[in-house]
Amino acid sequence: MSTISPTTQAISDSALDKPRTGTWDGGNEPFNASYGKLMMWFFLLSDAFTFAAFLTTYGLIRHKYLAYAGKVEDFVFSTAYWPIPEKVFNSFPGLHGVDLPLAFVALMTMILIFSSVTMVLAVEAGQRFDKKDVQKWLLWTILFGTIFVSCQAWEWSHFIGGTDEGTLMNDGTRFFGANLAVNQYGPVLFADLFFFITGFHGTHVFSGICLLIYCFIATTNGTFEKRGHYEMVEKIGLYWHFVDLVWVFVFTFFYLV
Amino acid sequence: MPAHPGEIPKPNTAWIWKTFWVITAITALEFLIAFVMPSSTLRNSIFIVLTIFKAFFIVAEFMHLKHETKGLIWTILIPMALLIWLLLALITEGNAIHKAIF
Repeated sequence: MSTISPTTQAISDSALDKPRTGTWDGGNEPFNASYGKLMMWFFLLSDAFTFAAFLTTYGLIRHKYLAYAGKVEDFVFSTAYWPIPEKVFNSFPGLHGVDLPLAFVALMTMILIFSSVTMVLAVEAGQRFDKKDVQKWLLWTILFGTIFVSCQAWEWSHFIGGTDEGTLMNDGTRFFGANLAVNQYGPVLFADLFFFITGFHGTHVFSGICLLIYCFIATTNGTFEKRGHYEMVEKIGLYWHFVDLVWVFVFTFFYLV
Repeated sequence: MPAHPGEIPKPNTAWIWKTFWVITAITALEFLIAFVMPSSTLRNSIFIVLTIFKAFFIVAEFMHLKHETKGLIWTILIPMALLIWLLLALITEGNAIHKAIF
């Protein structure tokens, strides 16, 4: 595309030896943040748009359907209206048949928030060049992240498997659980949105765990110590907090509202 | 690199735990409201306000955005205004579809 004359070529060759320092030449950092951190912020911004699109779609579809008008105690699953979340998500592993509305999802929320805390502690340890502490807090974060994904796996399998009673369908058969085309809880789109929103979030958590495992290995090998900074822990930390942030919104819009 | 190699400064984590307790308290409050208050527009508004509070603490403290330059803060926050518009537009749209059906 561009044609560079031999003289320009010679100048830029010598200029490539050291970073440029001029104000309009790349030497100025108006945001006072490194390239990597800035790009992580912009990626997270775009990711926020994707998640917001999902949650907004949920809002649109939910408003499209009738809300349940009767008493909460008399609620039964029906495709005629949108289900009440606390009647759908009311089970807890190991406590079969006990009605514990939203208890499990509250536990999951706390696990993810706590993993965010251990993540900041890892970032803080990195800024002090405390390799042992970075390793310790990264391991805790990996552990809590893994527990969260496992909880979600249980939640999904319970949602797909359904309740003991199931729901009597129009054709006289009983249907148990949910798939993308039929579900016992309410309109088809309710289960679809559950799978897409929590699934997309779970994929993010899984990617986060992979990144954290890389971080732990690199810390243990002394890669960041040799590099002279633990910025990679900070960047992956930003991603991890974002995943926690998204869950805060999913928790509100999918489970509470 | 640290000022004196081999010497590790003491951890400074009080602010992290403070933020954690604030977020936990807000979550507990949300959970409580979900059970003591019947579902209504007011309840949903309370949930949304509390969620934005939580989001503020995560982004400002944990993600450190509060301590970045003003330019970076606005670069992240201004595009978010588009999402508020998207939300309002599509919820209105959902209500319109609802009215057309029922």
